[in-house]
Amino acid sequence: MRREALEVVANEGIGPYHLIRVKRGALHPGDPGQFFMLEAPGRVLPRPMSVCFAHASELAFLIDPIGPGTRALCELRPGDAIHLLGPLGNGWRLDVERPLLVGGGIGVAPLPYLSERLGRPPALLGFRSEWHAEAAALVPNAEVVLEPTYVTEALPGGYDVLACGPEPMLEALRALVPDAQLAWEAPMACGYGACYGCAVEVDGVLERLCVKGPVLAAA
Amino acid sequence: MLLLNASGCLDAMTAPPVARSLDAYVTKTITPLPREGNPPVRIAETEHGMLNAIGLANPGRDRFLVTVLPRLRELGVPIWVSVGGFSAAEYAETCAALEGVTIELNLSCPNVDEAPESAAEIVSACRAATALPLYAKLSPAAWDVAESARAVEAAGADGLSLVNTIRGLALDDRTLAPTLARGTGGYSGPALKPIALAAVYACAHATALPIVGMGGVRSGRDALDLIAAGASAVALGTILFADPDAPARVRSELDAECSARGYAAPSDARAIAHEAHAHAS
Repeated sequence: MRREALEVVANEGIGPYHLIRVKRGALHPGDPGQFFMLEAPGRVLPRPMSVCFAHASELAFLIDPIGPGTRALCELRPGDAIHLLGPLGNGWRLDVERPLLVGGGIGVAPLPYLSERLGRPPALLGFRSEWHAEAAALVPNAEVVLEPTYVTEALPGGYDVLACGPEPMLEALRALVPDAQLAWEAPMACGYGACYGCAVEVDGVLERLCVKGPVLAAA
Repeated sequence: MLLLNASGCLDAMTAPPVARSLDAYVTKTITPLPREGNPPVRIAETEHGMLNAIGLANPGRDRFLVTVLPRLRELGVPIWVSVGGFSAAEYAETCAALEGVTIELNLSCPNVDEAPESAAEIVSACRAATALPLYAKLSPAAWDVAESARAVEAAGADGLSLVNTIRGLALDDRTLAPTLARGTGGYSGPALKPIALAAVYACAHATALPIVGMGGVRSGRDALDLIAAGASAVALGTILFADPDAPARVRSELDAECSARGYAAPSDARAIAHEAHAHAS
């Protein structure tokens, strides 16, 4: 992991979300599903965000402005600088035969980078509304379902599922696809194992999600 | 000037270079039996700080001694072991099992039930159990922290760690229910600094013990304030979550602050606030 102050290149609205692009500096982008801690201007703690795109000179993060930290991030303007720490955690195993990317809502965030690394496999994305579904344009070969239809109802069989989304979606997928690789979320103060804040239950014991995950095997 | 981490704010096993950037590494609190800690949600950011209710998650004394401590010794920095317990005897048993470390007695975790004995009684039991250096970590919530400091000094403490977090509460924006699963948590971060300064100032006046000052330190100037109030060492807590490079930065900022003010070393500024106060009054 490495920490650098990097310049914001662009802030683009996509439906309710913001795609924040920053210069990459000397940071390693890491693997799909890994994340960075982003300094949220004016806040005490940074916020964990998975990489949405990694280009030679830029990193991009898709952010949903749902609280004070994410709102501060979504108010960044080109030319502003923020500190990034990462890459952190463990991403998806990419040695799968028939990948299917499954995303729900803001869980679409790490899928563009994952899709690129896996050669643009099929994707199934679920959103709350047409407005939220504008983010589907970021993921190649994506089929979109809107509420009240859930991704679990449209899920084809015979695929290696790599997913990110809200907890109920991941729990439903876990029950349906025992060998799925699921990217979870938890409040984190540090992202590198120091704070013990992101504890989640893994195989019956509480583990730090930033150390064990955020991508975990379903079973 | 010694720069440490506050207990529970750094895991040397997941970030060895950060631990090595300190003058000593302080472990998360060790209890006799393993503890999984409190259920999530365990942390919450507030406007000027953060709350935590981790609940002393740790592998327990035996596993710590056999599997963790030998690896910590390989870091090449002095190790301070934070010791916790639910009775004076539990604290003392862990102290007796330790060798080659400094001991910090966590007498003030706001997130678990306390031992029935007073801080001084626990220090006294530990003093009888070990000849290792014993630091007593006190709560800033005591009405008269200087009185607690005098009591643990009389009981045989070699130093003070000031301060632990102070109990706080945050409510969820949507439901207005407590954000943390345990309800309350320990409040840390920038808002704690004036509280820590007051405790260090009072205890430096009341005792001759060395003091590790901590609470809301983000910059070299914050560290200098604690030193001026009477701290002989400074520990970084919440800032390490946001900035693992903070030790080197705080150190260089502290040196620059001292140079600018005509101090050859940070230790020359120790307790200077007391002299300045005496002159002013």
